Amino acid sequence: MFGKLGLDSFTRNPIEFGAGISMVMAALAAISFLFYFKRWKWLGKEWLTSLDPKKIGVMYVVVTAIMLFKGLIDAVMMRAQQAVSVGDSYGYLASDHFQQIFSAHGATMIFFVGMGVVFGMMNLIIPLQIGARDVAFPFLNSLGFWLFAVGALLLNISLIIGEFSGAGWLGYPPLTSMEYNPGVGVDYWIWTLQVAGVGSLISGINFLVTILKMRCPGMTLMKMPIFVWSCLCCLILIIFAFPILTATLAMLSLDRFLGMHFFSASFGGNPMMFVNLIWAWGHPEVYILIFPAFGIFSEIVATFSRKYLFGYVSMVWALAAITALSFIVWLHHFFTMGSGASVNAFFGIMTMLIAVPTGVKMFNWIFTMVRGKVYLATPMLWFLGFASNFTIGGMTGVLMSVPAVDFQVHNSLFLIAHFHSVIIGGVLFGFFAGFTYWFPKFFGFKLNEKLGRYAFWYWMIGFLAAFMPLYVLGLMGATRRLDHYDHASGWQPLYVLAAVGVLLIMIGVAFQVLQIIISIRDRKKNLDTTGDPWDGRTLEWSTTSPPPFYNFAITPEVNERDPFWIKKQSGREQAKKEYKDIHMPKNTPMGLFIAGCALIFSFSMIWQIFWLAGVGALGALVLLIIHLSDDDTDYYVTVSEIEQIENRI
Amino acid sequence: MDNDISKQERWQPSLKSYIVGFILSIVLTLAAYFLVVEHMLTGLALVASIAFLAVLQIVVQLLFFLHLGKDENAYWDLHVFFFMLSVVLVLVFGSIWIMYHLNYSMKI
Amino acid sequence: MTEHAEIQREVHSKTVLGFWVYVMTDCVLFATLFATYAVLHGNTFGGPSAKELFSASFALGETLILLTSSFTCGLAMLAAYRAKKEQMLAWFGITFLLGCAFLGMELHEFSDFVKEGNSWQRSGFLSSFFTLVGTHGVHITCGLIWMAVMMIQVGIRGIKPVNFKRLACLSLFWHFLDVVWILIFTIVYLMGVVNG
Repeated sequence: MFGKLGLDSFTRNPIEFGAGISMVMAALAAISFLFYFKRWKWLGKEWLTSLDPKKIGVMYVVVTAIMLFKGLIDAVMMRAQQAVSVGDSYGYLASDHFQQIFSAHGATMIFFVGMGVVFGMMNLIIPLQIGARDVAFPFLNSLGFWLFAVGALLLNISLIIGEFSGAGWLGYPPLTSMEYNPGVGVDYWIWTLQVAGVGSLISGINFLVTILKMRCPGMTLMKMPIFVWSCLCCLILIIFAFPILTATLAMLSLDRFLGMHFFSASFGGNPMMFVNLIWAWGHPEVYILIFPAFGIFSEIVATFSRKYLFGYVSMVWALAAITALSFIVWLHHFFTMGSGASVNAFFGIMTMLIAVPTGVKMFNWIFTMVRGKVYLATPMLWFLGFASNFTIGGMTGVLMSVPAVDFQVHNSLFLIAHFHSVIIGGVLFGFFAGFTYWFPKFFGFKLNEKLGRYAFWYWMIGFLAAFMPLYVLGLMGATRRLDHYDHASGWQPLYVLAAVGVLLIMIGVAFQVLQIIISIRDRKKNLDTTGDPWDGRTLEWSTTSPPPFYNFAITPEVNERDPFWIKKQSGREQAKKEYKDIHMPKNTPMGLFIAGCALIFSFSMIWQIFWLAGVGALGALVLLIIHLSDDDTDYYVTVSEIEQIENRI
Repeated sequence: MDNDISKQERWQPSLKSYIVGFILSIVLTLAAYFLVVEHMLTGLALVASIAFLAVLQIVVQLLFFLHLGKDENAYWDLHVFFFMLSVVLVLVFGSIWIMYHLNYSMKI
Repeated sequence: MTEHAEIQREVHSKTVLGFWVYVMTDCVLFATLFATYAVLHGNTFGGPSAKELFSASFALGETLILLTSSFTCGLAMLAAYRAKKEQMLAWFGITFLLGCAFLGMELHEFSDFVKEGNSWQRSGFLSSFFTLVGTHGVHITCGLIWMAVMMIQVGIRGIKPVNFKRLACLSLFWHFLDVVWILIFTIVYLMGVVNG
């Protein structure tokens, strides 16, 4: 009746139990607040059923922040274990628990922080920057978000009921086959990624059509802000890479559930094919993660240097080149699997090539600053951190693109340091930069600068302390995912330094939290009354802070790049145009409900409660058909309503 | 209300395109079938021929059934299509190349 | 054209482009399954190979049925463009029946294999065969469900811009499934029978 689910499925391990309880308490606290302040209706109407990309973007950022916190706790736990688990001491974590932690850490950070940042930023910024009022498919956008949220929830449920996979964030068969991992952990991992992956694909299609079809008049592709270009290239990667993930995870599920032999060790299966396919997705994925960050930095560097971005055209070509190349380098993730010299040489050379356009971008950012009136506000500090850390990571990537070198450092801590340098230095610093830069636009007040600077410096120093030792450790022979090692290796001091680094990072996080609290407290003193707190260049700064729900009362018309900057320089007032009815989508709870059915389905599949899985699947299908048959999903904001709103602003 | 679509000035497909597409597709399907079943060619020549016939039929159906490149989104339809084609070719032939070498080196 | 009609036209254009993009992603999904089939098709693990199992004539039958259904779907769309509701429903009805016949043939072939002990659990080759062809079959099933829903919807509400765009997407989907089937027929069945 309940498949594999039973009373003994609830976690017994004290650490996981404690974590699970705190999560449940936090959720209960949030729910109690809603009851106490009688805000259920507000939550439902303003947020849960909203199709406004600005609201959806904020919700993405909230989920991302929560998952980032969880992923950082995982990191703290791992560093703590590795700092003390030497010789006779085996630390405080059992091996299988340690394995679940590093697997959850990776899955959380890539899928629920990285992808959350990508889609959060897209939702918040793209419509405003292209002069649009909405996205192409508002309902699908909402559905994509709720599937993302369900994926995150499913991962967190594994803390309380059952266990998570211990096979790494990209679980290779045959380890992840039913034979070697019959528990629910791997299934949690599969379904978390599948649900989130489908959400990403849906959202990706939405934003691609939005950029192609909804730019305001006059905004040709070569007049778009570079952030939008970065997102366009990112979206191309998303739509062509994610189906590979979906198919590959599905095949692994079929192996596990229906006894198929795609990746089994015998019966004609080929486990190496899994590695091949998963990285054919996995490599484009890492460029998916970084592209929006590149775009964010392009915007920030131009604004805070009070200059046009240097080499706009070469930036676009660089993005295009990286996009194309990122589909022909994936084998560098498994040079050591044994394809031989000719294959390794081809992919090694392609990998080296991809550093060239990336370097072009870095030089362009620096040249933008040259002879500009550079103002080092917090967003620019994050850029400077990115410039150094990402470059270090990029250079070590090129080092490893030489197969002979990779044979020495593959799956060592050198690799771990490399990808953390580029992901933290790139994606996370980009997120923090974008967050501080655009916060005033969406909340109407600026963040506390001083606390922002403290946060940055603790993150920066903490990052260097946490990851520079890992480069050294990798070269000394330390492999990844070790939960114990010998004194004789001489590694412990470096592991301890890394642990100190992660603590410094947590202090940085504390400053970020403090920054938000203090800024909210002081918001009346830091109001953004003009909508343009940084003397910006692009269209989002031409709206109020926050913008009205329809973004622009009158659709802007542009003639050149950085149109808002041009408008300010020329002092021209745009000739007053007449208001027209604005076409907007109605709120709907269907995205939430369908994702809820997806939650029921995936949870039931994990625990093999097949009748309930059928209910979930049927529910999702029926609700989808109902919503897609609904002819009454939009409305028009009339001219008089627009006048009222605009006069109030 | 029912006449809204037919009154709008937008491109419409023609009956001729579907009939031509259907007949061509049948011919190409039967051609490939008989090449195989009647053993009219062998080895590489046979494989290459039926592959070519398949590609031809796909092009026929893309043009005559899917009207690729004809409607108002033609520009983006084509761009996305060719990008997809590139990714698919790299994925399929890249995987075959890689796995062939892996199987050889790792003796599977 | 009035403003609102202009907006409806834009919505149609965006929807059809978005659906085409989705179809392109589905092509990559199928490509992954094709790549896997290409790699695993020789892994019979002592079991039967493609040459021993597949019947080219049976597959030809399926191919011609699906091809005809793609044609009748096109005729249905022509009727929809000309706002001829009854004609459209008739042609979609025929398409639906042909689709069911195709699915029936496929299920028959699958059940024959399973009864002989050659299920998806027999070998890597058979796993990849059942999954590739089966995924196509699942798509056909979804298309049939969608077709049924649309026939009911149009039957009740008539052809309006808001459901015309759904019909346009459905026909794109159905034609796309026939294109994928050409590849399956050629690579799985024809080449299977040739090379084994």
